[in-house]
Order: sequence, then structure tokens, then C-alpha cells
Amino acid sequence: MTERVSYLRELTKGFLRENPTLRLVLGTCPTLAISISVTGALGMGAAATAVLLCSNVVISALRSVIPDKVRIPAYITIIAGLVTVVQLLVKAFLPAIDAALGIYLPLITVNCIILGRADGYANSHNIPAAACDALGMGVGFTGALCLMGAVREVLGAGSFAGHSLPFWGTTVSPILIFLLPPGGFFVYGLLIAVANRISQKKGKPTAEEAGCAGCVCAASCPDGKKNKGGDTA
Amino acid sequence: MIHITKELAAIFFTAVLTQNFVLAKFLGICPFLGVSKKLHTAVGMSLAVIFVMALATCATYPINKYLLETNGLTFLQTLVFILVIAALVQLVEIALKRFLKPLYRSLGIYLPLITTNCAVLGVVLLNVTRQYTFAQAMVNSVGGGAGFLLAMVLFAGVRSRMEHDDIPKALRGLPSTLIAASLVALSFLGLGGVVEKIFA
Repeated sequence: MTERVSYLRELTKGFLRENPTLRLVLGTCPTLAISISVTGALGMGAAATAVLLCSNVVISALRSVIPDKVRIPAYITIIAGLVTVVQLLVKAFLPAIDAALGIYLPLITVNCIILGRADGYANSHNIPAAACDALGMGVGFTGALCLMGAVREVLGAGSFAGHSLPFWGTTVSPILIFLLPPGGFFVYGLLIAVANRISQKKGKPTAEEAGCAGCVCAASCPDGKKNKGGDTA
Repeated sequence: MIHITKELAAIFFTAVLTQNFVLAKFLGICPFLGVSKKLHTAVGMSLAVIFVMALATCATYPINKYLLETNGLTFLQTLVFILVIAALVQLVEIALKRFLKPLYRSLGIYLPLITTNCAVLGVVLLNVTRQYTFAQAMVNSVGGGAGFLLAMVLFAGVRSRMEHDDIPKALRGLPSTLIAASLVALSFLGLGGVVEKIFA
């Protein structure tokens, strides 16, 4: 019984408490680049979740086989292989999503959520726990990405998932800047500020400073050592 | 000859200014936010990125052209490129440590961070999707790296000014950094069309 409860906790922690995008600040590049439409955000989230789930399961299964010294190259190889599989599937069955994601689809390989979960979680937990963790993190990433996509698409293009909304066009025209790169940084900053405000009210630590604590490279990073972020575990 | 030079210059300045890797393409955001607090770390990181980007392009271009494309293995691009980059970064680190101690001391600490930097894999993938020639690919890589340097240096300046500002509690730290990045990106937006006009 206790086992089951803890699996549920592993699953749900990624939704809000340890949301990879808004709390751990990982995977910022695709978040900023893809969040110009809800559809693209959903596609990116689904692709990343699929890769994350498979990589966490495979790495957890191989955790006693992979030597500690070469673990990062081994993880990267596994992740790149899985990304290639997803890339081929998306190209074959969802060409519209492939066009929307562009080079950000192969770039899932270097998404720090996936490598971060591999090194920070999957290599020290069993397969079911790693799968729960991956699903939770994947859903959290997709949710945050869609939220950002919705804000930017509604304000910037006056539509939601491709359907134009009645308010825009007749009275006011959409605010194009939200679709452009500055709008991405701005909306992301405000969303993190909202998440910080909520966690402050609950007496929890704010989002990691620049996400360095969640980064696999933190140990070798000259700035990462100095600014140790608040703990989220 | 003039035509080719013009074309290469256009690719270079597009990569630096209008299609800046960090501020327009969102590649390499982690080091942009993480290592831009002080000017000298920002410059060191950027120089290491330029170096690795150029080397990665040098190494992956022939592999892609003569090994993957001729054998119909282009679907392995992502896998092969990331492994080549990872191996290359390791080799460079070992070589610098052994033969060029001063350079290792200034750039070496940033090298392990660069393997998983999406700007490096990004530039290699962009070169392939745009079907650049070797010269174009090299110019694009160095230009992309130079654009990264420019964005890092400008942003390090902005951040050092913000350090002692009185910022509302919820916006302290990352949110205010992102909003500052948004304003820097906005200033780059003003350069849109400049490169096309000059080199067209």
C-alpha cells in the first residue's frame, strides 16, 4: 500500500510541485521557441514526453550495467536513438507537426529535462518509479508549454489552436509582439513570477536561479557552484 | 568572387544580428541565463562556444556528406552528430590540457558544459537542413558563435546594472532576468531587414 502511494507521489510531483518548466526551469530552449501556438506546444510536449518515458525506462533498466564514468555519453546515445525513432514517426504520420517543430524536434536530444531526469532520477530508481517520474514530468512540461502557447497565441495571433477568436479583429487587433522572440521571454518571465508568488504564499522556495541546480552540468559549471538554488526535493 | 563574398557576408551578419542564435532562435538559453552574471565568464563561455561550433561543423560536414548521404543513412544524423560533438569536446579538452595550458585554464572549464548546449547541435542541424556548402556552413557556425558572444556580452552588462535594483519580491531572480532578456531581444528586432538591404 505504501508503495502505491509513493508511486502516485512520483507521478504527481511533476505536475505542479516540481514542474520542470516553471519550478525547475529546465528545457527553456524549446519552451521559448515552440510556444507560439497551442498545437505546436502540444506536439512538442507529446514528443518530449514519449522520449522521456522511453529513456527513463531504458536507463533505469540498464542502471546496473552502465559504468559510472561513461554514464553521460551512454545516456546521450540512448536518448539520441529514441529521438531518431520519434522523429521518423512524426515525419511519417504527422508532417504538419514536423513542419511546426523544425530543428527543435531533433534538438529534444539535448533537452536538459531528459538528461536531467536520466542522471538525477532514473539511474537510482527502479523501472516503475522511473516511468511514473517521466510521465509526471512529461505532463508538467506539456501543460506549462500549452499554457504559454495559449497565452502567446491568444494575445499575439488572436486565435486558439488555429481557431480565430471573436473578440479580436473587430474591436482590437492582436498584439503581434507576443508571437515574436521578445514576447516569449516576457511571457515566460511573468509565468515564473506567478509560480514564484504562489509558492511564496505557501512558504516554499522560489524557482531555481537560472535552473542551474537541475542542470546535469552544474557540478562543472563555474557559476553553478556559487549560486546553489533552493531545494525542491 | 564578389557574389560569393557577398553571400557569405550576408550569412554571417544574419547569424549575428537578425537571426541571433540566442535572442531570435532560442538556442543556448541555459548558458545565456546561467553564465551571464559576470562579463569575464560570459566572454570565456562564448569563446569556447565559437571554438566548438567551428570544430563541430568541420568534423560533421564531411561525415554527413561522404558517409551518411552517400550511403542513404541521413536518418542517423542526430545520433551521429551528437556523438561526434561529445567525442570532439572530450578530445579538445584532453588536447588543451596537455599542450595548451594557458588556453585550457581560460576555456577548459566551459568545455564540459558545451556538449549538451543546444546551440552547437542546432548549428550543425541548421547547416544540414539549409544544405549549405562547406564555406557557407563554416561562416554560419562562426557567425552564430559571434552572435552568441554579442548577446552574452550585452546581457552581462544589463545584468550587472540590475544587480542592485529594488525589484518586487515575486520578480526577483529569474523573472526579472527573463524580462530583461525580452528587452534585449526587442532591441535586436529593430535590426530586421538591415542585412537583406545591405547585401541583397
